[in-house]
Amino acid sequence: MKINYTDVLVIGGGLAGLRTAIGVKRRGLETLILSLVPAKRSHSVAAQGGMQASLGNGIKGEGDNEDVHFEDTVRGSDWGCDQRVARMFAHMAPKAVRELAAWGVAWNRVQRGDREVVINGQRVTLTEKEAAHGLITARDFGGTRKWRTCFTSDGTGHAMLYSVSDQVIGESIPVHERMEALALIHDGERCQGAVVRDLISGELSACMATATVLATGGYGRIYGISTNALINEGMGAALALETGIARLGNMEAVQFHPTAIVPAGILVTEGCRGDGGLLLDKDGHRFMPDYEPEKKELASRDVVSRRMAEHMRAGKGVKSAYGDHLWLDISNLGAAHIDKNLREVKDICHYFLGIDPAKDPIPVRPTQHYSMGGVRTDHRGESPWLQGLFSCGEAACWDLHGFNRLGGNSVAETVVAGMLVGEYVADYCASSAGQGDFSPALARQFVARERASLNAIAAASGGESAVALRTRMEQIMTDRVGLFRNGADLESAVAELSELLTRSRNVGLRAKNLDANPELVLAYRLPRMLKVALTVALGALQRTESRGAHYREDYPARNDRDWLNRTLAYWPEGDDLPRLDYESLDVMHMELPPGFRGYGINNVVAHPGSAERQAEVDEMHVAKLDRYASQAALMPFKQWLPIRYRRRNSRLDDPGK
Amino acid sequence: MNPSARLLALHVFRHNPRDTASSPRLVIYQLEETPGMTLFIALSRIRETLDPGLNFDFVCRAGVCGSCAMLINGRPGLACRTLTAELPNQINLFPLPGFELIADLSVNTGKWMRGMSERLQAWLHLREEADVDAVEARMEPELAESIYELDRCIECGCCIAGCGSAQMRTDFVGAVGMIKLARFRLDPRDARNAADFFDLIGDDSGVFGCMSLLACQDVCPKQLPLQSQIAYLRRSMARQALNGLPPA
Repeated sequence: MKINYTDVLVIGGGLAGLRTAIGVKRRGLETLILSLVPAKRSHSVAAQGGMQASLGNGIKGEGDNEDVHFEDTVRGSDWGCDQRVARMFAHMAPKAVRELAAWGVAWNRVQRGDREVVINGQRVTLTEKEAAHGLITARDFGGTRKWRTCFTSDGTGHAMLYSVSDQVIGESIPVHERMEALALIHDGERCQGAVVRDLISGELSACMATATVLATGGYGRIYGISTNALINEGMGAALALETGIARLGNMEAVQFHPTAIVPAGILVTEGCRGDGGLLLDKDGHRFMPDYEPEKKELASRDVVSRRMAEHMRAGKGVKSAYGDHLWLDISNLGAAHIDKNLREVKDICHYFLGIDPAKDPIPVRPTQHYSMGGVRTDHRGESPWLQGLFSCGEAACWDLHGFNRLGGNSVAETVVAGMLVGEYVADYCASSAGQGDFSPALARQFVARERASLNAIAAASGGESAVALRTRMEQIMTDRVGLFRNGADLESAVAELSELLTRSRNVGLRAKNLDANPELVLAYRLPRMLKVALTVALGALQRTESRGAHYREDYPARNDRDWLNRTLAYWPEGDDLPRLDYESLDVMHMELPPGFRGYGINNVVAHPGSAERQAEVDEMHVAKLDRYASQAALMPFKQWLPIRYRRRNSRLDDPGK
Repeated sequence: MNPSARLLALHVFRHNPRDTASSPRLVIYQLEETPGMTLFIALSRIRETLDPGLNFDFVCRAGVCGSCAMLINGRPGLACRTLTAELPNQINLFPLPGFELIADLSVNTGKWMRGMSERLQAWLHLREEADVDAVEARMEPELAESIYELDRCIECGCCIAGCGSAQMRTDFVGAVGMIKLARFRLDPRDARNAADFFDLIGDDSGVFGCMSLLACQDVCPKQLPLQSQIAYLRRSMARQALNGLPPA
């Protein structure tokens, strides 16, 4: 049996994993990336509209800074996020976008002088400053107070992933493509690498590493219709879960994006609405202002998605063979704008719908899009329960997004997390904690276990169909663990998913070969997906409140008194269901104490500490310190950053320093 | 069964090169066409209902990741965004030529692309480490847009599959390699000069190996301006070669 040794094993070849690998390589460590697919085919490539960073170059970004980005992110999370992580992130995002600019991303730039844009359905002329000419520009996205989303047309993820992936090649970092991690090798306290399956030859090997980083993306594909790539099956979460020790955080926090096309479920970017596109119902009526008069189409994603569903429930949806939908109309932006800034959207409409969005409205409805939950880590990206196991990007819950992620904060998170976690992984490898010996015997034991399991699956002649079980799981998740949730549905979802898990162990295969074999792959991933699905469904059942994207019809209020906490899920070996714990969020150390988000009615059940903390915060604002000083007094965060990233960000009107 | 629906016959290449008992063959799958059906939907349905062991590669299924290029009735294209309605009843599907066969319709484009990128040093060569705290360097808005225009390649491999030169010499970098260097050449952030690029691409495995058949341009799913970029690159490399001649 082959055993590879490396300092840092990165599992996942998307933006978060690639950037982490570059960071550790530059710190002098050896690293190796495993990827299910060629790295440039990772789901990061599908990010369209852009990346949030408070550069404040454009006229509509004037006055933007880390404070505003931080507050938008915390409000967006419905106060579910870790505020120090949100602070670290807002501080790092400008650095990340600037690093990418230096690495070759062709960010769209500010053009001095007048330009016509569409705001709230009206054509408006903006005048960009001479001084900002040629700096990185930004567009509007939902839930933000400034135009902050930096972009390259609507192929931002592509431009970012290619630049970073090319740098990985330039750094001679090996990417082992078409390789899948089947299990984490650990001794109950320390992670020592992973069992690896070659998806072409079927060969099993071990990769032993001082640090292992899960950067495997989200778990959207446990739902039937998702904007996610087909590879986003939650296998990173499953790897952590199957250790029996590592915890997953907030798995019930699942985002539904307002505008995926019907029926294919392919995303069209929030940039459509950011640039001035409107949502219309079957009568051609623009309905969002009726529900959210202030933010309209640019309310937070969870809010827009729920309002759309509510409107369709009221009979205002457009009937189709694939169920009801609404219209996204971007024809008012004009063909020239669409050709330049929304060209992927135009391609998608052309190839998958046969329409021209400069003329025709686009059929859309809310569709599963993002996993806020994931492998629970501290702010350094390490699991507090399993030493040497790190995670970053969508796979992780460190926890930037709480219960709802803002558009443009996910690709930003991938590179920011990669920059930070790369440093912390390197620190770990250099520390005494990183000096433990590898146990090849342990590796052999784990590989033998996986081999036995694969052989058993391939040889089994059970009567169950993996395809049928998977389809059922997807249906349950969509119908009962979706946009609107209630106790009865969630209870039946947990019961049936649990039954499916039992049945999934009795799957029979027609294709028995152990090399490239999609039937075998589905058979061994299915029980893992079901376990992940159960953490989502059980977490949603237990959380008897509504927060961000988790909406309980039977508990419609956000309840800070009882639920200002984070769900932790783990799965002790041999148990039938995951176990849930909760860790509370510390109100008394929040920079932005819990408040009303400004959507719908204010029905928040307040936390007893909120008012007291708010008074402290108000006092600080009365003191009128400069913004850095008052921030540092409320919630100091610089000490959590690697030293190299502690300096202030310069802006046109603020030298930083 | 919908009586008005077409019955499609998908003739699919099947072979597992690691299995000594396997030989290349065509398997015919009959499938009822449904509205809006793409080859992604058709092949997924075949795998779900008829042949669970059939190998093919889809990742984004939205035309942006470049995984699913194959020969569709003889022409290289992205299967995920090809509607069956645009094809006759008989649909012939073959793996993309020019790449190592993994099995059936799955080929190893990733390995080829990484090799090409390493040979051509197809990454931005930084002049100096970025100062991430400082205001970014300025760039003219039109220049940024022009760079992005050349940056849109998705490494799907269609241009290689359609290329006469690539059929004749396995070391030919193809349109994908040339558009990459054209992109870095246009980018003022890249430290390399014309002589550096000439060293990478100024031979028969590069710009001078192109026979100007230009099927690459016809089959590129992103409609990249391959024809004009290859012509431009060749002219400037020829000029570089002449300038670089030792004095007589």
